[in-house]
Amino acid sequence: MKAKHQRLALAVLALIALVGAGLLAAFALQDQANYFYTPSDIVEKQPEVGQAIRLGGMVQKGSIQRADDGVTVTFTVHDGAAFQPATYTGITPDLFVEGSGVVADGKLTADGLFVADTLLAKHDENYIPRELEGIDMTGNMTRTDTLVE
Amino acid sequence: MHAYANPTRFLSLARPLTLWFLILGLALITIGSAYGLFYAPADRLMGDSVRILYIHVPTVWLAMGGWTAIAIASIVQIAWRHPLAAVAARAVAVPGALFTALGLITGSIWARPTWGTWWVWDGRVTSVLVLFFLYLAYIALAFASSEKGGVSRVTAIFGIVGAINIPIINRSVVWWNSLHQPASITVGGSSIDSAFLWPLLVNVIGFSLLFGAIVLMRMRGILAETKVEARLKRMAAE
Repeated sequence: MKAKHQRLALAVLALIALVGAGLLAAFALQDQANYFYTPSDIVEKQPEVGQAIRLGGMVQKGSIQRADDGVTVTFTVHDGAAFQPATYTGITPDLFVEGSGVVADGKLTADGLFVADTLLAKHDENYIPRELEGIDMTGNMTRTDTLVE
Repeated sequence: MHAYANPTRFLSLARPLTLWFLILGLALITIGSAYGLFYAPADRLMGDSVRILYIHVPTVWLAMGGWTAIAIASIVQIAWRHPLAAVAARAVAVPGALFTALGLITGSIWARPTWGTWWVWDGRVTSVLVLFFLYLAYIALAFASSEKGGVSRVTAIFGIVGAINIPIINRSVVWWNSLHQPASITVGGSSIDSAFLWPLLVNVIGFSLLFGAIVLMRMRGILAETKVEARLKRMAAE
């Protein structure tokens, strides 16, 4: 084996080992590095009342209700398996619409309502021109699970 | 491959290539951006803010491509001791860092109207910020260790180690629940409507050519610097 090949083998081996280590570490981090909890996570992990958590999921169709004060909004977040009622007072982002993704910081109350302090909208990977809106929205409904995979 | 270890031969190829990359790159960026800004439709939910896509995606892809190039050049430097590999890796570092910063800035501007915040610490955004810091560290190492225009072996090893972050950035939206959406363009196809996709692809090619032109210019600059230093040394010795 020539010295050149030996160096190459060492470099490639080091690269593979490093990438492998990185992937393993990142994979192990899975739970801690999650940006938010899904409604199913909340059912499973039972966070305490008043504990700060971040909730993420899809806004259920037909669930958004705006209160008379104009800034309070109640809605249901779901991930296909579990449902979590939530409320937020403040200006909502443009992308906060029914059937779209949402991520909210807040805490659970004793009666199981999630009270959000901040509300972020999540965009999905689909980019659709306005003119095609009616056609593709139905196609999108089957893809709502992409958020929580 | 070692034929181009001769700087004269490399330069005779690099000189016309720089010009062509630059002209073609700028032309494509002009076409892609003009089409994207004025003719492409608005998005169903995001409206006109979707147009940042045409800058954001090419810059972030090149930010990742830049480090991939550094990692490959570092392996070539260590394994084959090719003299141009170190020069190339060093030339990529600064534009790579710049494109990462541009990707972060455009992403932040895009996030404000879309997500409702300038910044989040989700997997994707954080791992790209880490990439930016890796670039800064690489630049610091490369400039601290300048050896005949190239970089030291420690810098090359750092270039390989840093490549760990690239698959993490790529997979971050799959492994973790993130605010950033999953990939729209994959090997399997694209979930971006073709009305958005064409100007995006034109801009991706355009920015790649511009990136290539910048790297070639910097490589030529580094080689010229080495030449000047060698000549000064010779003159001092005489």
